[in-house]
Amino acid sequence: MNSFYNAEKVSANVYWVGAVDWHVRDFHGYKTQRGTTYNAFLIIDEKITLVDTVKKGFTNEMLERISTVVPLEKIDYIVSNHAEPDHSGGLLEAIGKIKPEKVFASSFGAKTLAAYYGIEAEVVPNGSSIDLGKGKLTFVETRMLHWPDSMISFYDADGMLFSQDAFGMHLAGSKLWADEYQESIIDYEMRKYFCNIINAQSGKVLALLEELPKLNLDIKAILPDHGPLFRKDFGKVMQLYRECAEQKPQPKAVVVYATMWQATEMLARAFADGVRAQGMEVKVLDLAVADRSEVMTEVAAAGLVAFGAPTMNNNVFPLMMDALTYVRGLKPQNKTGFAFGSCGWSGEGAKQISEQLNLMKFEQPIPFIQSKYRPTDAEMKAAFDAGFNLAEQVGNKVKQP
Amino acid sequence: MEKYICDVCGYEYDPEKGDPDNGIAPGTAFEDIPEDWACPECGAPKSCFSKAD
Repeated sequence: MNSFYNAEKVSANVYWVGAVDWHVRDFHGYKTQRGTTYNAFLIIDEKITLVDTVKKGFTNEMLERISTVVPLEKIDYIVSNHAEPDHSGGLLEAIGKIKPEKVFASSFGAKTLAAYYGIEAEVVPNGSSIDLGKGKLTFVETRMLHWPDSMISFYDADGMLFSQDAFGMHLAGSKLWADEYQESIIDYEMRKYFCNIINAQSGKVLALLEELPKLNLDIKAILPDHGPLFRKDFGKVMQLYRECAEQKPQPKAVVVYATMWQATEMLARAFADGVRAQGMEVKVLDLAVADRSEVMTEVAAAGLVAFGAPTMNNNVFPLMMDALTYVRGLKPQNKTGFAFGSCGWSGEGAKQISEQLNLMKFEQPIPFIQSKYRPTDAEMKAAFDAGFNLAEQVGNKVKQP
Repeated sequence: MEKYICDVCGYEYDPEKGDPDNGIAPGTAFEDIPEDWACPECGAPKSCFSKAD
């Protein structure tokens, strides 16, 4: 096979053989403004092993990278740490060309691969290992992080932790290591990935962060399935996950709104200016231009979150329900909320938003504002005061130990 | 009292422990859990559970 794609060495016996998706911007509704990568890894040992594959459409890129290291048919094993199609889409074609002796997956992974592709995988129980020769590959199930089948694996000969989607991010690039990118970009994209993909399972993340050190793994690198890899500062990586998962209230606010004739927008801006007058940082997001994943990223980062929308045909404006449905599924915790909106008829929107915030157990110390046609001066003042007072309350809450 | 397993994610309901975070007291048999209870890990409904082997 002639290839312009190359494998890149990660450690003495491990190569990156993944694919770069420079132009994906919509990842099942997650706005990936910096593209992404699908990372696959090749372990060269007595038993040559491919860890994970790539999204369909990128299979050739992966196979070409592999073929610069070894002929495809030399691969003995394929391990599927996660059966979601961005990591398994290339699996069937890879199996056809590689003809591996075995494909390994977790118990749920085997079921998922059978359902998606009719692939028969051998189940590796939690904590078990397979012997590759110089080293062994050990499997740790991470159920619901973030799918039932999810597991991570560890190659002891080189200290490589294949962490699957954990510690990953959507970031395309030509550099392999996270320390070769701007730190602020890594920080933002990791947090964005966490809160949009893993947030609902924050409790399990905290439990795993407790468990991981007890396994006494001599980790030399963390290799996630998306974005750059980590060869140092593991403590910082873990700490970022701990912070994200703890979901402590932060001294920041976000105002998310939709508007038809700018009445709801007026209230949104009044609220935001109230927050600002209190000296707290605030972001304002119009759902006409901000997508769900951006909304969730800002909601996760804020202690105070306000949602406002018009009423359309007796229901909250649909874009708002889209955002709220998405955010609710990700189970953000410890938020102070506020609902508002304007209407032309009877005005059910703000109440419906408030009900959604209740379902998420957001505290709502100030009742919602429902204005009609154009907010009155009194309603504008009420929105400003709500922002001002809630920012003060959240500020005080943050200061408490 | 028997243990039940979530078919979707593998969560085990142990009646001795219950699911206190979601209002199910320790010692509650699976059969006595309200029908609107859902798997605390993946949100699957009660109907997605099977008796543990």
